[in-house]
Amino acid sequence: MSETIHIQEVEGLKPSVSLLEERWRIFKRNRLAYASYLCLLLLLIVAVVGKVLTRWIIVFDPQTVRLPEKFLPPFTPFTSTITPQEDAPAFSMYLMGTDELGRDVFARMLEGTSVSLTVGFVAVGISVLLGIFFGGLAGYYGKKKLAFISVDTLIMRFVDIMLCFPTFFLILTVVALLPPSIYNIMIVIGLTSWMGTARFVRAEFLALREQDFIAAARSQAIPGWRIIFVHMVPNAIAPVLVSATIGVATAILTESSLSFLGFGVQPPDATWGNILADGKQFIFDAPWITFIPGFTILFVVLAFNLCGEGLREAFNPKLKEGA
Amino acid sequence: MTRFIVKSIGQRIVLLFFISIISHSIVHLAPGEPSLVDPSNPRMKAEDIQRIRAAFHLDEPLHTQYVYWMKDLFTAQLKSFKDNQPVLKKIWDRFLNSLPLFIVGTLITWFLAFPVGIQAALNRGSVFDKVGTFLSYALISIPGFFLSYICIIFMVKTFNVPVIGMRTFGLEDAGFLFRSMDRVWHWTIPAFMSAVAGVAILSRYVRSQMLEVINQDYIRTARAKGLSEDAVIYRHGLRNALLPFITMFGLTIPGLIGGSVIFETIFAWPGMGRLGFEAILARDFPVILTLNFISAILVLIGTLVSDILYAVVDPRIKF
Repeated sequence: MSETIHIQEVEGLKPSVSLLEERWRIFKRNRLAYASYLCLLLLLIVAVVGKVLTRWIIVFDPQTVRLPEKFLPPFTPFTSTITPQEDAPAFSMYLMGTDELGRDVFARMLEGTSVSLTVGFVAVGISVLLGIFFGGLAGYYGKKKLAFISVDTLIMRFVDIMLCFPTFFLILTVVALLPPSIYNIMIVIGLTSWMGTARFVRAEFLALREQDFIAAARSQAIPGWRIIFVHMVPNAIAPVLVSATIGVATAILTESSLSFLGFGVQPPDATWGNILADGKQFIFDAPWITFIPGFTILFVVLAFNLCGEGLREAFNPKLKEGA
Repeated sequence: MTRFIVKSIGQRIVLLFFISIISHSIVHLAPGEPSLVDPSNPRMKAEDIQRIRAAFHLDEPLHTQYVYWMKDLFTAQLKSFKDNQPVLKKIWDRFLNSLPLFIVGTLITWFLAFPVGIQAALNRGSVFDKVGTFLSYALISIPGFFLSYICIIFMVKTFNVPVIGMRTFGLEDAGFLFRSMDRVWHWTIPAFMSAVAGVAILSRYVRSQMLEVINQDYIRTARAKGLSEDAVIYRHGLRNALLPFITMFGLTIPGLIGGSVIFETIFAWPGMGRLGFEAILARDFPVILTLNFISAILVLIGTLVSDILYAVVDPRIKF
């Protein structure tokens, strides 16, 4: 008996193309979005490789200071006789020039790739987790009463309160008051950007809660947390992940704005934001220190935005037809 | 209608109360006190710090400090830690500086975004639409200060536009017209730069709204009865597409403080955002808290105004 049901499940009910594959096909058709997706994959590899190289291989050391070699333009071969040979940059050439302390901008950009992406991903990870948690609580346990107000009202009022704060000003206040640390920046950006996700998840949960498969799960006395995380979250996650892609872009931009005001990731850690912010003082003497990180941020954030928008269109085909 | 307004004002006052409590606790619980701003100053002795702490009630429990803050704020007695000036007057002065920049920036945003968005929607898939879409993504992807620096270099070299401060020094005796023109000349780049991101975002919204409206049945009806294309687009289409932007207009008001920190720092513009930034650097708690409070009030007023306008403009909404 159980075997026949099993066979039916495998052979009789399986659609020819799964939902995910179909979405993926729609996404691939959007060439700009697909190209940015490939660029982002490449960037991820660069970030990992860069982390490994700058950490363990001495020629890529982004913190080596070579004062006689400062402000060299890109593609200058290493010819100095004063600087010891073991401090020579990779490939004996300053691929992206040097900065005001003679540090190799190429090595710093490599290190910055992993740091900037980490800031983006961790901040967005925090905001997505918080958003799912609060949105899920409001959506699933919304009708429960706590004393005189329902859980839903309580959480959504809290979301309203959080939305009233001027986000950037709040981030700046907290980051400036706390001791400077890269973790504080990630946490603060994450803590101030979960409200959109919470609203998404709540709306999805309100719709999902009434569906038959949830009623079935409930009738089997499956505990609430299991229904939420195993049955509901996977069904509500697609729009969340789409907005998370764009959230990474926003987090990278926020970090660079903070760096510009002097409250970003502190040296000696390099991020694209603080290379750019340091370089701006020398924009006339050494424009490459400004333009290289500036355009890198532009292209990467653009890739995240285009990729996110492509995913949004793929997962919400109504947008494509209507718009 | 009156009941609705009274009820939403009541709700907002409750929200405001909680906002003030949360912001007060965030600022006061974070490490770093006003008395510790300059720890290496040899003239700051322990008893001086003690005197400062007593004068600003920093030794009192948190809720007492909150009551002091609220009482001083509403009796307009609140003084800045930094220079002992009344906070409200300081903020008002800076507000008057920020306001023209904000108004000009908003005007540029709305007057550019609508034509671009409508044009893109009407010619969907054309070169204009594709270039516009790509450009707007590029403009929201570039760090604002990086774009400003490129723009400053280019504009100053080509057009000789001033980029620092609000007016040229030494022009105090010049004629009124000349001084006003000097002011306007100083607005141009800061207002334009703060409008760029807004144009990019808003034109995308206008485009998708227009597209949605254009596919509606009543547009087909309007065409079928033989109206001219302009009448169809602007009288029947645009009017209906405009509705959601009432909400957006209400939400731009808080940009007066939060969005302007970066641009006011770049262009040395003595506005509210910069005041907030300076206050943060000096741990000037009353100014930080009051700015936060005012911007929360602005958000709440913005949403209230957009709710009411929505009800006035859209006859389908009933209370």
